[in-house]
Amino acid sequence: MLERSPLRSLPDQVLKWGLSALAAGVLILIGYFFVRLIGQSSSAFSHIGVLDFFFRNNWDVSQLQQGAACTNGGHCTFGAWALLMGTIITSAIALVIGVPVAVATALYLTELCPRRARGPLSGLVDLLAAVPSVVYGLWGVFVLIPHLKGFQQSFANTFSFIPFVGGTVAGPSYFIAGLILAIMILPIVSAIAREVISTVPSEHKEAALALGATRWEMIRIAVLPYSRPGITGGAMLGLGRAIGETIAVVLVIGNSPTLGHSIFQQGYTLAAVIANEFGEAASTPLHSSALFAAGLVLFVLTLLVNIIARRFVIRGVRGKATSGEGLLVEIETEPGAAPA
Amino acid sequence: MTVLPEVSPRRRRTDKIMRGTLAAGTVLALIPLVLVIYYLIKKGIGAWSGDFFTTDPNGNFLGYPGGIKSAILGTIEIVAFATLISVPLGIGVALYLTEYGKQSKFANLVRYFVDVMTGVPSIVFGLFVYIVLVLGHVGGSGFAGWKGGIALALLMLPIVIRSSEVVLLLVPASLREAALALGAPRWRVITRIVLPTSLTGLVTGVLLSIARGAGETAPLLFTAFGAQVATANLGNQMNALPLQIFSDITSPRNEVVTRAWGAALTLVLMILILNVVARAVARRSRMA
Amino acid sequence: MIPRDTQKTDPAQTQQPVRDKEPVEVSDSPAEEQQDVSTRSQDGVTAAGHNVVLTDLHAYYGSVHAVRGVNITFPPNEVSAIIGPSGCGKSTMVRCINRMHEEIPGARAEGSVTLDDVDLYGDNVDVTSVRRLVGMVFQKPNPFPTMSIFENVAAGLRLTGTKGVNMRERVHRALRAVGLWEEVKNRLNEPGIGLSGGQQQRLCIARTVAVEPEVILMDEPCSALDPVATLKVEELIDELKERYTIVIVTHNMQQAARVSDTTVFMLDGELIEHAPTDQLFTRPKDERTERYVTGKFG
Repeated sequence: MLERSPLRSLPDQVLKWGLSALAAGVLILIGYFFVRLIGQSSSAFSHIGVLDFFFRNNWDVSQLQQGAACTNGGHCTFGAWALLMGTIITSAIALVIGVPVAVATALYLTELCPRRARGPLSGLVDLLAAVPSVVYGLWGVFVLIPHLKGFQQSFANTFSFIPFVGGTVAGPSYFIAGLILAIMILPIVSAIAREVISTVPSEHKEAALALGATRWEMIRIAVLPYSRPGITGGAMLGLGRAIGETIAVVLVIGNSPTLGHSIFQQGYTLAAVIANEFGEAASTPLHSSALFAAGLVLFVLTLLVNIIARRFVIRGVRGKATSGEGLLVEIETEPGAAPA
Repeated sequence: MTVLPEVSPRRRRTDKIMRGTLAAGTVLALIPLVLVIYYLIKKGIGAWSGDFFTTDPNGNFLGYPGGIKSAILGTIEIVAFATLISVPLGIGVALYLTEYGKQSKFANLVRYFVDVMTGVPSIVFGLFVYIVLVLGHVGGSGFAGWKGGIALALLMLPIVIRSSEVVLLLVPASLREAALALGAPRWRVITRIVLPTSLTGLVTGVLLSIARGAGETAPLLFTAFGAQVATANLGNQMNALPLQIFSDITSPRNEVVTRAWGAALTLVLMILILNVVARAVARRSRMA
Repeated sequence: MIPRDTQKTDPAQTQQPVRDKEPVEVSDSPAEEQQDVSTRSQDGVTAAGHNVVLTDLHAYYGSVHAVRGVNITFPPNEVSAIIGPSGCGKSTMVRCINRMHEEIPGARAEGSVTLDDVDLYGDNVDVTSVRRLVGMVFQKPNPFPTMSIFENVAAGLRLTGTKGVNMRERVHRALRAVGLWEEVKNRLNEPGIGLSGGQQQRLCIARTVAVEPEVILMDEPCSALDPVATLKVEELIDELKERYTIVIVTHNMQQAARVSDTTVFMLDGELIEHAPTDQLFTRPKDERTERYVTGKFG
C-alpha cells in the first residue's frame, strides 16, 4: 500500500523535470544568444581590428558604395568611436537630467506629499513608462525639436564658455536624445527610489525629527544616507535602459556618424546605428557584421551595467529587499541588538 | 520661564526651498506626460475616421495615404503569438522557481539571469532573432510575423517570469501543505491549488507584459519587418502599429505624419486600456 | 527674547556636574545643581527646572480616541513613570509632549501641553523648536546607521550650526554624561550600529542630551535591552534627573518602581492614578491600579 508506485509518481517526475528543463532553457538561451552574437560579429572584429572598432572615429558608410571599405590606409571604415561616445554622451545627459528629478519625485511622494495624493501621483509617474518609445520619438521629432531649438541656441550662446556647449544648434542633437532618454528612465529610477525610500525605518526618521530636525533635515540626515545605495542602483538600471534605448533615439539624434562638437549637435549611438543602417547593410557582410558587433557591445555594456546595478538593488521587484546590499545586512541584523 | 528656541531663519528657508524644490521636481516629472498626451490627442484625433481603421496603408504618393488596419491587426496577431509562447514558458519557469527550485543554487542562478535579461535592450532581442531565424532561414527564408512574435516573446518572458514568481510566492504555504497532507501529488497541488489561487495575479502580470510588448518597435524591425497589406498568415511579413508609426514619422507628407499621430494615439490607448484592466484585475484579487 | 541656540554660556562652567563624572555626589547639594540648570537655560529666570503640564489632552488616530482628557503635571528634576497595559495610550500621551504624535498620518491631538508657561501647541510654535527642548529616546535603539559614533551624537548639534571645537567638546561631554566615553573614546569614528544594544541606547541618549533639552521623554527605553544593559540605562536615568524633567513610559513595573519618583497609571486612554511611586505600588487608591500592580489585571 505504501510502496512507491512508479506509475503514480510519473506525472510528478515529468512536471518536475519539465519545469527544470524550462528553467535551464532560459540559461541556455542567454548563452546561445551570446555565442551567436560573437559568431556574427567576429568577422567585423577580425577585419576591422578590435581596437580600431572601438577607438577609431571613421564610421563611413559612403565608402562602402565605392567598394573601398577596407583599403582606406589599411583601416576599414567601421570605427565605432563616434557611436560609442554618442551612447555615453546621451546616457550621461539622461542621468544628469533624469536622476535628480526622479529622486526629487520619489522623496516628494514618499515624505512630503499629502497621503491621499500619493497613490494617484505615483500612478501618473509610472504612466510615463507605459508610453512606447516610438511615441516618445514621434513627440520628440514634431514637438520637442522645433519648440526647443530657440531655447537651446540661447542656452548655447549664454553658456558657450562651458566645454561642449557653444556653437550652432542643430535640430536633432545629443541633447534632445538625452532629454527624451531622461524622460524615459524617470519612471523606473523614481519607482526604485520610491521603494527604497519607503524601506527607511521610521525609527530613523523619528530620531531625526525628535532631535528637532525640519522635514528637509530629516530627509538629509536620515532618509538619503540610508537609501543612497538603492538609489544608486536604481540610477544604474536607468543607465542600462538609456544605453539600450533605440527607437526614440534614432528618431531625434540626427544619425550623423561624425562626433559632434557640442551636445547641441547631431550624433549617433550604438543602438541607433543598428536600427538605422540595418536595411542597407543586409547586402554587405562586413557592414552587417559591424552592426552585429555594435549589438554585441551594447549587449555586454548593458549586461555589465545591470549586474553592477543589481549589486546595489537586490531583487528589485521581489518585495522585501529592494535595498542595497549593505542595507540588506542591516535589515538582517536589525532585530534585537546589533552585533557587538 | 522657558523660551522656545527659535529655528534660525536660514534653516527655515532651506526647509522651505527644499520642500519647494522636491514638489517642483514632481511637477517637472509630470510635464512630459501631460505634453505627450496633449499632443497625441490634439494631432491624433484628427486622423481618426472610419477609413482610418478599415483601410491598409496604400503607399500612394498623392491623396489619402490609407489607414492602419494592417498595423492594428498585425500588432494583435504578433502580440497574441508572443503571448502564446511567453506565458506558458514564463509561468512554467516561475513554477519551477517557487515549487521546486526554491532557494537552490540553480534556481538562484536562473533568477539572476532572468533579472539580467530584463535589462537587455529590445533591439538586441531583435538582432538575435534575426541571426537565428532570419539569417538561419528557419521556417522559410526572410522575414515573418511569427519571427517578430518570437522576438517579442523573448522580451516579455522575463517580465512574465518575475511577475508570476511574485504572485506564486503569495500563495500561502499552509494551503500547499494542507493539500500535500491529504496525499495529493505535487502536480495536482500545483494545478488544483497553486495556479487557481494565484490566477488573477498571473493575469495581471501577463496583461502588463502584453502592454509592454505591444509598444515595442525595435524587435520587429528586422523580424516582422513591416508590410502594407493586412494578412492573417504569420508566415508573411507583417505590419504593426509601432512599425507603421516609425516609418510614417520620416515621411515628408503631412497626411502620412498625421497617420503616425493617429496610430500613436491608437497604440497608447490600447496600452492604457491593458494597464487599466491589469490594475482592475489586481485590485479585485486583493479584495477577494 | 534671545534665541537659545545662539547664546551659549561657557560650557566648561555650566556643565560642571557632568564633567565631574560623579554627578551623584554633586547632587548632594541640590540647590547648587538647580541653580546650574537655570543659568544654563539663559533666560534670566530663577525658576529651576521645567514643568510640563498637560491639560485636558486628547489624542486620536483617525477615529480612534487613544488619550481621553488627561490632566497632569510632570515636575522638574524628577522621573515620572507611566505604566499601564499595552494600548492604554501611554506612549501616545508621551508622544504628544514633543508633538511626535502628529507625525503619524491621520493622528491629531487636542488640549494643551505647556512647558513652564509656553504653550507647545500655540499658533506660532514651530514643532522643530518644541523637539529641541523636549528630547526623546525611543523603544528600539535607533542610531543613524550611516553615521559614526561621533556623528550620531553630533547630529542634533550640526542642525543648529554648532561646529569645530565647540561641537567636539559637547559631543565628548554628552558621551561622558551617559557613561559611554570610556567605552568608545578610541573608536569615535566607527559606525554607531557597531555597538551593542545597550551601548546603542546610551548613544541615543547621548544624542538627545547633546542638544541640551529641558525635558527628556523615554518610550520604553529598555524593552529591547538585556538586564545588564537595562541596569546601566536605569542608573543613567537616575543621574540625568538631576538636570532634566524625565518622563518614562515602561511596561515593566519593577522598572517603574526602581527609577521613578512618581508613577502614573493609565487605562484605556484615561489617567487612573498619579502618585508618588512608593505609594502607588504599595497603597494604590484606585481598585484598578491595585489590580494592575498586583498582577491581577485582565
